[in-house]
Amino acid sequence: MSLVTTPNLADPDGFYAALLAAHRGLSEAESAALDARLVLILANHIGDRAALEAALALARAAGGR
Amino acid sequence: MAYSHRPFAYRTPPGVTAPEPRHAVVIVGAGPVGLALALELAGQGVPSVVLDDNDVVSVGSRAICWSKRSLEILDRLGLGAACLAKGVTWTVGRTFHREAEVWRFDLQPEAGDKMPAFVNLQQYYVEEYLAERALAEARIDLRFRNRVVAVGTQADHVRLGVETPDGPYALEARWLVACDGARSSVRGMLGLDFAGELFEDRFLIADIEMKAAFPAERRFWFEPPFHPGQSALLHKQPDDLWRIDLQLGRDADPEAERRPERVIPRIERLVGHSDFRLDWVSVYSFQCRRLARFVHGPVIFAGDAAHVVSPFGARGGNGGLQDVDALGWRLAAVVQGRAGAGLLDAYDRERQVAADENILHATRATRFMTPAPGAERRFRDAVLALAAQAPFARGLVNSGRLSTPCVYPLPGAPDDARLPAASRPGAVAPDAPQGAGWLLERLGGDMVLLGVGCAPPAVPGLRGVAAEINDVVRARYLGAAPRALLLLRPDQVVAARWVAAAPGDVAAAAAAVWEGRA
Ligand SMILES: Cc1cc2nc3c(=O)[nH]c(=O)nc-3n(C[C@H](O)[C@H](O)[C@H](O)COP(=O)(O)OP(=O)(O)OC[C@H]3O[C@@H](n4cnc5c(N)ncnc54)[C@H](O)[C@@H]3O)c2cc1C
Repeated sequence: MSLVTTPNLADPDGFYAALLAAHRGLSEAESAALDARLVLILANHIGDRAALEAALALARAAGGR
Repeated sequence: MAYSHRPFAYRTPPGVTAPEPRHAVVIVGAGPVGLALALELAGQGVPSVVLDDNDVVSVGSRAICWSKRSLEILDRLGLGAACLAKGVTWTVGRTFHREAEVWRFDLQPEAGDKMPAFVNLQQYYVEEYLAERALAEARIDLRFRNRVVAVGTQADHVRLGVETPDGPYALEARWLVACDGARSSVRGMLGLDFAGELFEDRFLIADIEMKAAFPAERRFWFEPPFHPGQSALLHKQPDDLWRIDLQLGRDADPEAERRPERVIPRIERLVGHSDFRLDWVSVYSFQCRRLARFVHGPVIFAGDAAHVVSPFGARGGNGGLQDVDALGWRLAAVVQGRAGAGLLDAYDRERQVAADENILHATRATRFMTPAPGAERRFRDAVLALAAQAPFARGLVNSGRLSTPCVYPLPGAPDDARLPAASRPGAVAPDAPQGAGWLLERLGGDMVLLGVGCAPPAVPGLRGVAAEINDVVRARYLGAAPRALLLLRPDQVVAARWVAAAPGDVAAAAAAVWEGRA
């Protein structure tokens, strides 16, 4: 399985809003902790190591360093 | 009761009064690795001189967890029964976060092996058994209070300077095996680089004596209420001794932390009372480092002298005994002229792979336990927070991945995809019941051609063994295949296997082993 980088969410705006809602009311540290848990949950759901490696590379590259 | 360290007798070595002839093998260090190697060589018919700067076994329990593979090796040396009888057998580990159990493993859920997954036994007992055996062995010249202070390497031998209570003397050896521990003076004298990672966190390691009904399980806590923010380990040993590891953090003062008035309250909070005796206390910081190569001309490194790991996973002493397993038969063959010195390169190659594997696992576990501030800490805490709720996260909780023997990469080894992974080339032959005994008791020491479901054909230089078929043998050696032939090295590692093979194929595979190619 290769990493899906083309649109794959049925309702992108809806998901984005849900993501923000999950962070609402949290401190900076609590938000970062939530993101960490979320990453682990999603990584396990994906399961495929090659796709995960590609996702790590893309995330790092998009940050510019 | 506290262990009493009886000193071994010192005798004036012959070299103090007259030059000694060049020895085939001199081993520096009578720790578990040096002693086991001397016994392994003696079993192969090779005499050795063992030099140790001390005259007592390990002060402090140090290594307590001996793995199944170590027990199998010790069994081959005649010490399996003693270790099993004295040691505390365990297979279950439980990991807690705060108050909740988040992960439980059973290292040996199925029967079929002579040896259990782990036995807890203080290093001083293991050394005592090994030393008594070595002292009784005519081929071993074990010299206490002989400190190596100089090493001069030539192309084909080594000259040693040794200090004793009777003064200094010189010794020559065709092969020098440095088993002189983590601070190896041989390594230092040769000026070899010992590269790797040092961890800043300090750990309090203590043995206490108490009567307790806790089961013989490994119990590990992250951030327990009795030791907030840090990790803790509790493990049972013989003689009503309990091993306690308490993480102290980066800023702990090792001198202050060693003092009983500091240690005792910490332990009281863990065990919930003060009815115990403090037997041994030490404060450690840990490292994962290794030599780039373990064979340097006539000098060979094994055990902690070659590589050190943090203790989470019990890979230090167990890894060292596996070095002995990989080295003994090869060095014996070289000394006896049955193989060229190139065979030792195979030891070097295989044990580097194993050391890297041990360092990888030990480093990951130490990092999980002592995460750096920032992302490392955040993900560690995320795993622990999820573990109580989501089964997948339990597999990420890392309190140490316990020692298992390395499966050596043997890319050219004959193999058959129909046969099960458990006995693939490079792996230690799995044990199985055989009548009233065990399969591993019938293997090892020499090269064996094992027939499973068939009689092994006669091949010169190989001892044929026919396995009795039962469910364990079928699962571990046959899978769906009707029969199998396995070539087993003297260290019980599978060198090659076939469903059907001509004697010529087998002989070629055996030749590859002796040439260091498998
Ligand atoms: C707290 C702790 C817990 C551990 N727990 C475990 C565990 O559960 N399981 C496990 O497998 N491992 C464990 N280990 C690791 C284990 O103790 C070591 O890996 C093991 O002792 C290595 O054995 P060795 O024979 O290579 O070296 P050592 O045991 O260090 O022996 C080296 C010997 O060489 C001698 N020597 C040194 N210099 C000279 C010289 N110049 N001349 C002559 N002699 C010399 C020393 O006196 C010593 O006797 C633990 C270690 C620690 C510290």
